[in-house]
Amino acid sequence: MSINVDECNQCSVAGVDTGMREINSRAGALPPDAVDPVVRALGDDLDAGFAELFGTYKGLVFTAALRLCGRWADAEDYTAEAFLRAYRALCDYDPERIAALRPRAWLMTILMNVWRNSRRTAARKPPPEPLDKAPDPVDPRESVEAAAVRHETGGELARLLSRLPEDQRTAVVLRHVVDLPIAEIATVLGVPEGTVKSHISRGLHRLRALTTAPTTPHATPSTNPLTTSKSTSHSTSQGGAR
Amino acid sequence: MMTANHDPLLTGLGALSTDAPAGLLDRVAARWVRVPGPIGELTVAFTDHGIAYVRMTEEDAEDFAGSFRKRFARPLLPADRPPAGLLPALRSGKPGRLRFDLRGLTGFQQDVLHAAQAIPKGQVRPYAWIARQIGRPKAVRAVGSALANNPVPLLIPCHRVTRSDGVVGDYVFGSATKETLLRAEDVDLDEVRALARRHVFYLGSDTTGVVCFPTCHNARRITLEHRHGFRSLTEAAAAGYRPCQTCRPDMVLTA
Repeated sequence: MSINVDECNQCSVAGVDTGMREINSRAGALPPDAVDPVVRALGDDLDAGFAELFGTYKGLVFTAALRLCGRWADAEDYTAEAFLRAYRALCDYDPERIAALRPRAWLMTILMNVWRNSRRTAARKPPPEPLDKAPDPVDPRESVEAAAVRHETGGELARLLSRLPEDQRTAVVLRHVVDLPIAEIATVLGVPEGTVKSHISRGLHRLRALTTAPTTPHATPSTNPLTTSKSTSHSTSQGGAR
Repeated sequence: MMTANHDPLLTGLGALSTDAPAGLLDRVAARWVRVPGPIGELTVAFTDHGIAYVRMTEEDAEDFAGSFRKRFARPLLPADRPPAGLLPALRSGKPGRLRFDLRGLTGFQQDVLHAAQAIPKGQVRPYAWIARQIGRPKAVRAVGSALANNPVPLLIPCHRVTRSDGVVGDYVFGSATKETLLRAEDVDLDEVRALARRHVFYLGSDTTGVVCFPTCHNARRITLEHRHGFRSLTEAAAAGYRPCQTCRPDMVLTA
């Protein structure tokens, strides 16, 4: 079953969890020529503006970091590092450059750089434990119920995400978890929109294959040895992945 | 054809969004607060690692944020209340278990400040003593620069490091302030200077046979008839005196 990229482009927001939409709404619902209040605050006072910037985009940046790297503690590090870099960059920007800022895409670009740099550094060190074996450390500020819910909704699918190739995972996370428009993802990743779309499409295709893995031979990659032809219609059985 | 609205995969992916954990902002931004200090109001900036920057409010009122940004390149937001331990530390002149954020400093600068931290209230030590203490006996001038660069004056008492001739030396807030601070801490600068004029830099007691810095609390207990002045430790050692274990003058070879 293939995905029509344009289609999910337009209406995927409808299916997205409301928490994220609240975070996005401030930046996303503005008319194109209005001045973003965060940008205006940054122009007025860098430090107070930064607090606004952080409050508005922390969820977005943290979510992207968490779903890209897969570990809570690392995601905190990347988010803190990205915002600190953002502030240091802002210190050197002149007012025109701040006024022209598109904070969401800009922050995501910084996050991607932080993540890439840290991976490059990590590649020169002995490898850490595999992603899916390392448990998320417990966050003391999160209630047990909230943690349980998060693990229930995130656990399996998040693990599968980590099995996607990096390009596809990045594109899928930015598009369908963080809910960025295609054009912005293209800016963030510095690739043409068509490339983003194909990464998303392939990523979703692969995810679908993984979620239904052992029981649906047509959706699995041909390298999968477990080809027993059973139910091809069970595209929703997430539990059967491993 | 499955529509995106009802696609469980996309719904599941959307549900992977979380909000950032509470307290993440404090890993990025510093906070500032105004507190009363021994020589007037202070503006203090701190991070999740500890106290980072201390300035006198009236000297630096306009430019605190600017100089903080130049030095630390970190966002600075107002704090609701002073960090735990700051007010007692300023009242008592002892840092207690107050933590400091010295991440922006070199290892040498950090060593100098840690050594200065050990000087008790009401006492002074020469620059050369710090240099010996950190194992860099020749870096006396560099010690001076490191102390001048102390981001957290008063809390790390760089004002208790003076020249051995009794001249107080330079200070972040000016020499006059340094002298006021030391006199407020009950350091007898006049006596130190009077002794230095007679080339006396160490005081020994003939009842204990111990030699100290003149401001050491052990030296101040010596009665006049038992008190002997020395120009150098070599001279004191020749007279049969051993260095005090409290103020450790043996960290300086010669005055």
